[in-house]
Amino acid sequence: MPETESPLRELTLAEAVREALAEEMRRDSRVCVLGEDVAEAGTPFKVLSGLVEEFGKERVVDTPISEPGFTGIGVGAAMTGLRPVVDIMFGDFLTLIMDQIANQAAKVHYMSGGHWKVPMVLRTTLGASRRSAAQHSQSLHAWPSHIPGLKVVLPSTPYDAKGLMKTAIRDDNPVIFFEDKMMYKLKGPVPSDEYTIPFGLADIKRAGRDITIVATSSMVQVALGAAKLLEEVGISAEVIDPRTTWPLDERTLIESAKKTSRAIVVDEGYHRYGVTAEIASVIAEGAFYDLDKPVRRMGAMHVPVPFSPPLEDATVPTEQKVFDAARELCG
Amino acid sequence: MADARQSPVSAHAENGADIGIDRLLRMYRQMVRIREFEQRANDLYLRALMPGLTHLYEGEEAVAVGICEALQPDDYITSTHRGHGHCLAKGASPDLMFAELLGKEAGYCRGKGGSMHIADPATGNLGANAIVAGSAGIATGAAFAAKRLGNGRLCVCFFGEGALGQGVLYEVMNMAELWKLPVIYVCENNLYNEYTHYSETTSGEILARPAAFGIPAESVDGQDVQAVYGAARRFVELARQGHGPGFILCNTYRFRGHHVGDIKRDYYRPKQEEQQWMGERDPITRLANSVAETGHADRASLESLYAEVKVEMDQAVEFAIAAPYPSIDQAEQDVYA
Repeated sequence: MPETESPLRELTLAEAVREALAEEMRRDSRVCVLGEDVAEAGTPFKVLSGLVEEFGKERVVDTPISEPGFTGIGVGAAMTGLRPVVDIMFGDFLTLIMDQIANQAAKVHYMSGGHWKVPMVLRTTLGASRRSAAQHSQSLHAWPSHIPGLKVVLPSTPYDAKGLMKTAIRDDNPVIFFEDKMMYKLKGPVPSDEYTIPFGLADIKRAGRDITIVATSSMVQVALGAAKLLEEVGISAEVIDPRTTWPLDERTLIESAKKTSRAIVVDEGYHRYGVTAEIASVIAEGAFYDLDKPVRRMGAMHVPVPFSPPLEDATVPTEQKVFDAARELCG
Repeated sequence: MADARQSPVSAHAENGADIGIDRLLRMYRQMVRIREFEQRANDLYLRALMPGLTHLYEGEEAVAVGICEALQPDDYITSTHRGHGHCLAKGASPDLMFAELLGKEAGYCRGKGGSMHIADPATGNLGANAIVAGSAGIATGAAFAAKRLGNGRLCVCFFGEGALGQGVLYEVMNMAELWKLPVIYVCENNLYNEYTHYSETTSGEILARPAAFGIPAESVDGQDVQAVYGAARRFVELARQGHGPGFILCNTYRFRGHHVGDIKRDYYRPKQEEQQWMGERDPITRLANSVAETGHADRASLESLYAEVKVEMDQAVEFAIAAPYPSIDQAEQDVYA
């Protein structure tokens, strides 16, 4: 883990997540990690490498391949005094644990009249284009976003990943934290000093005048790339990352759309009934009289993610596609 | 008793002399409280005073009482859709329970949970759960935390034999034994998965399942509160000593249907079978006979105890009926901590 005094040091997104976990585990002995291959292996993505050496196998716990079981154990442990970080290797495995997160974790506080709390973080992944086919490539963050009682976090930079992870661990509610597998090696500035990032606060990744591009997680870099292309043709795009789909910073999204009068929402979840639909409706309802064009939605193609590289690439929004859509809206 | 790994648990039977009359009378009172609570819950349903349905625990009282009698106040339990007995046995107040059944603000969950979700941190009740085997993970997680925190607590996971069909139960039993967690799985076999006899849904021997994980397991007569208490005490001791989980199979029977509306049930179970269990196998009658025969208490004192409980439960129902509903703004409270 790189340690430096320089406030300008750069970390990868994986290193930023790991550093957040390590700092919180040092700060609070109740924080522990549960999941498959989290200890010596440090997960297949090596995000957790080194944690077991510092904190031991009591706090970095390798589990059997039993996602519902160890997620449920996380829920119970969170209710009774620990602050578990449960590791679900692929976001596709939300299918396996939906009872534990949607019926148990999300509802315990409410059903008990506010008596029990579930301070648990569930880390998982999203994103296609790793050539992993239909069961290891989905972006299913719309699912937990639909369930009252859960908070859903989608960092898009190393800086955000660290600050949001620390907030997630300190939150008294179940938090589902999605990391884009393809961005683990993305580098960015991360201050050495302590900081956290509040939930429900969108970040304007690039200011602009002519069009608002709301983008999440893996699509933020795509939107920034498109914004560069748009600049070359004289269109000034504002790129906003909500960072959390719930709580959602509706005001920042609406204010930006009011200012630019055009909006595109880009997200790697399935297009139909997805995050883009929710955010587009928030903007349409909140900025209707200031919009010059209908809000445009861009999500993953409504198909199981195919294996063959040209097919897979065709299912995900790209810089070029976002550029084309923005140009059309601004035409 | 069946355990492939030679359980350190001995199968000797408890008797009244071992247990002591004060505890026997307390267990008698607790069973009567559950019986009387449930009869009033059914009555509230029949009088259309209770919203929705509820699942009654009548007939199974010895299980909840025998198990919880062996626990400390700060030990945890998780419960099921048929959970009133567990809540009462662990120390819940009937007035706040009835208030919850009626959806009132004064209820344990401020009226937001209802019959199937009563939870109470003050008595270590992590909550009843309306998903079959839904609390298996929570119970095992509570044991995981207790071990990590070294607070000496343990957790009892109550579930019906229907939960034996759910995979998550076996996932957490595997981890509980691997990590020697202080959790006791209490399987209440009341013979019916809703409306289907368990023999139609359950292959092999039930006790072979915990044995496959190396978890000490024991089968007890769930209508004999002394036997249940004895087994519970042995498994509690093992768990507290760090030996890990246990599994108690309690053979029992629900006197009523799957829920209060399940009246015509002769298509799935014969009346004769019901009458047999409700007669000679009634756990309350059995303990009363046992206590009276050994001369520990006379019938008259048991009857006066019964009368006290009736008054307590009547007052609890009156409290709940008179209690106000929550204000509408409560609907959006407590979604997030």
